[in-house]
Amino acid sequence: MKDMEEGYITEDGRKIGGVVMEMKNITLRFGGVVAIKDISFDIREGEIRAIIGPNGAGKSSMLNVISGFYVPQEGEVWFRGEKRPPMKPFQVARQGIARTFQNIALFEGMTVLDNVMTGRLTHMTTGLFTQAIWKGRAEAEEVENREKAERIIDFLEIQSIRKTPVARLPYGLKKRVELARALVAEPKLLLLDEPMAGMNVEEKEDMSRFILDVNDEFGTTIALIEHDMGVVMDLSDRVVVMDYGKKIGDGTPDEVRSNQDVIDAYLGVSHD
Amino acid sequence: MFYREAGDFKTTYVDDGQTFPIKFDRFRYYIVLAVAFGIIPFLINDYWANAVFLPFLIYAIAAIGLNILVGYCGQVSLGTGGFMAVGAYACYKLMTAFPDVSMFIHVILAGGITAAVGVLFGLPSLRIKGFYLAVATLAAQFFLVWLFNRVSWFYNYSASGQISAPERTVAGVAITGPEAPAWAAYLFCLVFVTASAIIARNLTRGAMGRKWMAIRDMDIAAEIIGVNPLTAKLSAFAVSSFFVGIAGALFFAVYLGAVEVGEVFGIQKSFLVLFMVIIGGLGSIFGSFAGAAFLVLLPVLLKNVLVGQMGWATDLAAHFEFMIVGGLIVLFLIAEPHGLAQLWRVTKEKLRLWPFPH
Repeated sequence: MKDMEEGYITEDGRKIGGVVMEMKNITLRFGGVVAIKDISFDIREGEIRAIIGPNGAGKSSMLNVISGFYVPQEGEVWFRGEKRPPMKPFQVARQGIARTFQNIALFEGMTVLDNVMTGRLTHMTTGLFTQAIWKGRAEAEEVENREKAERIIDFLEIQSIRKTPVARLPYGLKKRVELARALVAEPKLLLLDEPMAGMNVEEKEDMSRFILDVNDEFGTTIALIEHDMGVVMDLSDRVVVMDYGKKIGDGTPDEVRSNQDVIDAYLGVSHD
Repeated sequence: MFYREAGDFKTTYVDDGQTFPIKFDRFRYYIVLAVAFGIIPFLINDYWANAVFLPFLIYAIAAIGLNILVGYCGQVSLGTGGFMAVGAYACYKLMTAFPDVSMFIHVILAGGITAAVGVLFGLPSLRIKGFYLAVATLAAQFFLVWLFNRVSWFYNYSASGQISAPERTVAGVAITGPEAPAWAAYLFCLVFVTASAIIARNLTRGAMGRKWMAIRDMDIAAEIIGVNPLTAKLSAFAVSSFFVGIAGALFFAVYLGAVEVGEVFGIQKSFLVLFMVIIGGLGSIFGSFAGAAFLVLLPVLLKNVLVGQMGWATDLAAHFEFMIVGGLIVLFLIAEPHGLAQLWRVTKEKLRLWPFPH
């Protein structure tokens, strides 16, 4: 069993650390609709954690709870060993949780470079007056963060479109730019909401490679939602399966695959 | 030909991030500055100052201010006239209360006071967006004008209800009042324009500008990357109002000399500055200058051509002026909805390759 306190070693030999984020008995209601019903799971340091489930299972709601868009009615969110009080999304971001969106949320009016640089905003602290003068501290900070941004741009192979306005890019590249923006913040936890939605096979392969590389190179903890089962089973270390707001499975891809409830949910057995 | 970046390699991020990355642009900028500071002051007379340079420079400051709010941060404001009035009245009160202090300080303080008022009226932007925010700022416009009309403390209980600028100096030279020489008033405004443009550029190219633009392009995504919408929006209102307040102070003290608030800082002023920003180009400092030039200089030019060159009657020329300016605005907006700045940008792209097609 893998529930040891110190973590575990994956099949491909990566060391997974302790718990980074823990969701305890989360319940989220919208009026009479229960989107998430008493769900608990944890995300460990350095792992790739997938959340899967049929449409309307509450996966995106779960991600929105983690990133602070929704405040659950019941349950606790623990991040890095501390119970998290209700927070606004920008406060969550400052804690070190970055995310991408299902339908891309880039800043269309800005260039790729500027979009990536916005990911560094939480690390840029000079005040209004320092920036107005520019020469000196503000410029130094800009250059320092530009170097970090360029490293990620290099890593995701988007150097050639650095100065292109985002609005002109094709879909697959936009997804990659969004990943760059999230990644450049050096997050403690990276949330990916359907990173491969609407992509062709080639783009999916690229994206999968990038996700694995990110995890490998930077040791970034990743939680992702994805519909493509093949991708999920290949990428992730552990999988949470949701259906109708409830957790019906949790474990390694192999464990989940052989779980009867999961099979029922996906093949469609009548619920009573 | 010479307008080209080939061979002009950037080896540092500082070089890459500079305002004018192309050498020719940089030289042109220095030449414009040299002419503006070194040559025009010696040639300028009262007509040129009052008809052309002062309104152009002052409107340019107002347009830069509004552009930060509307063009960079995406918060539509129709309160510009009201905020200019705040700048003007703040400047007036300061000038009369502290006659010995330099005009420089007064104008900057007037900008600061306007910034505070701007933040106050910017608070609704946290809840409402787009056209609805425009309507909310309209309330600021009407309220502020009403306030300056009704509360006689603001115009020092003068019988006419007007405010008029007494003579104040900078380093011994009169800047305001009827005796102020044209070159001094011009230089005074020019210094503020140059400083405003540089500060605006510095703010918009760095972290602050990215925060504003992030809010403009998608506020939810901005929040998710750690931008606090409260501080981002209010800082845009503050910086914008600061510049607009300076423009208002200069407009009153240096350009007009005497002001009746409803006439000068009414709703039409808000629209005028907004049109400058739209015609010039949203989200562009250069566009602010272009828009101000378009709406200030074109009528003067037309008047000179129609009345001076072609000998038309003044009233006929005045009517035609409206029609021609209106027509040109429509024409420009159809040709390039993103304003003169975009037109300029496209021209530059073409110039880079000229005379080759690709």
